[in-house]
Amino acid sequence: MRLSPFNPRTSELCEPYNWSLWQNWLLADMYAPDHIQEYYAIRSACGVFDMSPIPKYHIHGPDAVRYLDRIVTQDVSRCAVGQVLYTAWCDDEGKIMDDGILFRLGEESFRLTTGDPWLFWLEDNTANLNVVIEDVTDLGTLALQGPFSRDLLKTLSKADLDNLRYFHMIEAELAGIPVEISRTGYTGDLGYEIWVQPHQAVPLWDAIFEAGQDYSLVPFGDYALEMARIEAGLLLIDADFYSSKRVVHDFEKSSPLELGIGWAVKMNKDYFIGQKALKAELARGLAWETVGLEIDLNSLEAVYAEFGMPLYLPYEAWMEAVPVYSDGQQIGKATSGTWSPVLKKYIAIARLRPQFTSPGTRVNMEVTIDAQRKQTQATVVKMPFFNPSRKTSLGKV
Amino acid sequence: MSEKNKKYDVIIVGGGHNGLVAAGYLAKAGQSVLVLEKRDMLGGATITEEFVPGFKFSSLANDAGSLSPEVATDLKLHNHGFNIIPTNPLINSLLPDGNHLRIWQDTEKTVEEIAKFSKADAEAYPKFVERMQKVSGIVAKMNEIVPPDLPDLAFFDIKELSALLSPSLNLGWRHIAQVIRLLPMSVSDLLNEWFESDTVKGAIAASAILNTTFGPQEINSTAYTFLQNWSVSNTGLFRSSGQVKGGVGALSEALAKSAQSFGATIMTGAAVAKINISADSVRGVILASGEEILAKAVISATDMRTTFLKLVDPYYLEAKFIKHVKNIKYQGTMARVHLALERLPTFSGMDGDVSEYLSGHIQVSPSVEYIQRASDRIKYGEYSEKPYLDMQIPTLADPSLAPDGKHILSVTVKYMPYKLRDGNWDDLREEIGKLVIDTLSEYAPDLRECVQEQKIITPLEMESVYALPEGSPVHGDMALNQFLWMRPMPGHAQYRGPFEGLYMCSVATHPGCGVTGISGRNAARQLLGDQ
Ligand SMILES: Cc1cc2nc3c(=O)[nH]c(=O)nc-3n(C[C@H](O)[C@H](O)[C@H](O)COP(=O)(O)OP(=O)(O)OC[C@H]3O[C@@H](n4cnc5c(N)ncnc54)[C@H](O)[C@@H]3O)c2cc1C
Repeated sequence: MRLSPFNPRTSELCEPYNWSLWQNWLLADMYAPDHIQEYYAIRSACGVFDMSPIPKYHIHGPDAVRYLDRIVTQDVSRCAVGQVLYTAWCDDEGKIMDDGILFRLGEESFRLTTGDPWLFWLEDNTANLNVVIEDVTDLGTLALQGPFSRDLLKTLSKADLDNLRYFHMIEAELAGIPVEISRTGYTGDLGYEIWVQPHQAVPLWDAIFEAGQDYSLVPFGDYALEMARIEAGLLLIDADFYSSKRVVHDFEKSSPLELGIGWAVKMNKDYFIGQKALKAELARGLAWETVGLEIDLNSLEAVYAEFGMPLYLPYEAWMEAVPVYSDGQQIGKATSGTWSPVLKKYIAIARLRPQFTSPGTRVNMEVTIDAQRKQTQATVVKMPFFNPSRKTSLGKV
Repeated sequence: MSEKNKKYDVIIVGGGHNGLVAAGYLAKAGQSVLVLEKRDMLGGATITEEFVPGFKFSSLANDAGSLSPEVATDLKLHNHGFNIIPTNPLINSLLPDGNHLRIWQDTEKTVEEIAKFSKADAEAYPKFVERMQKVSGIVAKMNEIVPPDLPDLAFFDIKELSALLSPSLNLGWRHIAQVIRLLPMSVSDLLNEWFESDTVKGAIAASAILNTTFGPQEINSTAYTFLQNWSVSNTGLFRSSGQVKGGVGALSEALAKSAQSFGATIMTGAAVAKINISADSVRGVILASGEEILAKAVISATDMRTTFLKLVDPYYLEAKFIKHVKNIKYQGTMARVHLALERLPTFSGMDGDVSEYLSGHIQVSPSVEYIQRASDRIKYGEYSEKPYLDMQIPTLADPSLAPDGKHILSVTVKYMPYKLRDGNWDDLREEIGKLVIDTLSEYAPDLRECVQEQKIITPLEMESVYALPEGSPVHGDMALNQFLWMRPMPGHAQYRGPFEGLYMCSVATHPGCGVTGISGRNAARQLLGDQ
């Protein structure tokens, strides 16, 4: 088991002592006795999530661009220095292996964050190109997310944060500590990720929390993050899809097109692993599409009423395969869902047959109470469910 | 150069025997063919070189008795100077007490010889030969076929495997069951089921490990390689007898002449730098000189690592394919020592005509355990002070190979690891020569005085000079996970590469196993069939 460089602080703060393991690293599920407070910090103040365990690779060398273009679905050659891309990567059959974030640190230098560890795959696929791949997971990383996050950071840094655009990054100092700041996050809100050398992690944490007192800053854990990322319509490995590397059967695999991230698949670039299969899939037509569902609360209430129960809403996100029906026929499955406190809606991410995916389509989702299978009505909607303009807007100068 | 602007039907990269066989078949079928060989000589590992003026050495391979008779006939090799000289005995196993165990092509003569060591073994030998001939007959049929393409063999594909066996069904299920039982065995276990004498077992077992990394006691298909070598042998026995008149390179010359007589063009000193692929189909090649030559099809007659990680830009290859290429196991374990001899050395314990002792394969393999011990240390990047030796004195049957009265002794030394733990082969080169002469002096005490000059080919030079990947004589070990539909890679056992118009035909492809010409022939047939 490994500990984040912020562990000296997170371990003190994690009151319920509610931890889980992420790639063999200890990760706090929640700090407060109730994660809903942490969730509200993300949406109405600001919060800090210790994402240091996320696997990170430093990919550099003269052929780094060409190499990455072979590996990932995005067009890396069109990514400017200081720009950041969301991308997927596939196997030869065009099935998704993972998704992650690619940061262009320099002309020949990138950082890739991933869901699963991928060093072996990355090294195995250099195709003789002149590129070096290093595991830099030890780097400390904090996600500072929420509407106040920019204001907070501005008190610690002279960097031009107002003009730092969404999915871009800069080098900066925070309270005198050298860091990289990227305007990225997994919450769909205004937010930043801060990258720091491990030995500077604790001083950085202390500086941010000291400044954070004026901004109602709290640490948040995985439970709050899950609610936010579903609202933002962001996929999670092992929930909304499985890595084709780790499953056995074809039906367990999915393509990025089916997952609704086709916009991050640049089909016309020279070559990438899985390209041929994905082109064929497009020509054939997709078997699945990914959409949002809004569960009809009256309908759900009626289901609970049958059992003499009041309406129950998932205040903690769920992640499992739940059947979705139309006219009694199963047409797909929901893969994650949560009550959305800001939207006052019960939402889910679902993968359905394409003829049922236009917004407004009425479907039914399974609800199981006392091992009895019931159905509640739901409506197909576009994702993201929650998409505030502050997520991408520049600061007021 | 007239090659400019010309578009060939087929370019063959590599002028080893398989490339030349493919060239012959294709030219014969009316294709315009260009063979490009990077060395100044043709033949690859089937080559004769005059390392010492007046002495013609078979640099690597020395025996062409495994060549498919069909290939020889189809390409009319006998009209182009290819002749095999009959030699006997087949094998002479030198023994530490000065004794010899000779195996003759004639079973009765061998029985007499074995009886000196064990009555029981002498009795068992004819039955052993009879049974193994049947079983190796099945392997022979499997050699000839194009294996099924089974990219990801799933349990339910097992029925596809019956395609492998169907040609041999008329040989009877009992013998097929034998093959299946023998596949994963060690040759040592196989021989223990038949024989008791260590001497007899050592003399026979050596034939299993000629082309593999493994020792005879290791459970990884040495019984199978034993049967496979048997199946391609021209003697009806486990070891072939194929000394080529003028040296083994005469086979390559005959193949080249044959191909040229059908209209093929052959260029030496023409290293291919790139196999050009565009829009998923082959376009031609680019020479090291920068010159581009166009072709409708390209056959790589060299190994898979060179082909797919160097000549073809791996950028456009599937990840899985690259993984398969990278996973091929090579691990050459041979060195070659050539001695130019002033005169024939005196081997102890010979009685009568020396050619009755020395004109076939001569082995230092006194027991299975001896060979196993010789192999044990390669695991650690070391070699044994007591190597297994396989040698020929080809001048006894073909005096034209050396100046009057002089002789050649060519020795294959096993096991010599390609990857040394300490030191490097350039520094250890002389050590190999010393080791061989010291070892042989125990059997021929005056050997040292007979040596006029020596030429040593280290495991590293097998790669750097002769382009054998990691010194592997067969471009990838003959092992259970690298045979039939897994040779050279799963999903590509049918001589077709991953791009349209790209084919493979070296010994890396099925059936592997040495100078058979079968790979070259099969690949040519596939290409013609695809048109
Ligand atoms: C020491 C030793 C002893 C052996 N003894 C025997 C034996 O007695 N009997 C037997 O049957 N087998 C024997 N073998 C095995 C046998 O010699 C080989 O398996 C066989 O010759 C391989 O033939 P090939 O044509 O498939 O490949 P190769 O002979 O390896 O031919 C490949 C050719 O491609 C050329 N090439 C490579 N790269 C390029 C390029 N970029 N451009 C152009 N050309 C290129 C190479 O120079 C080479 O000529 C022995 C092998 C060794 C090493």
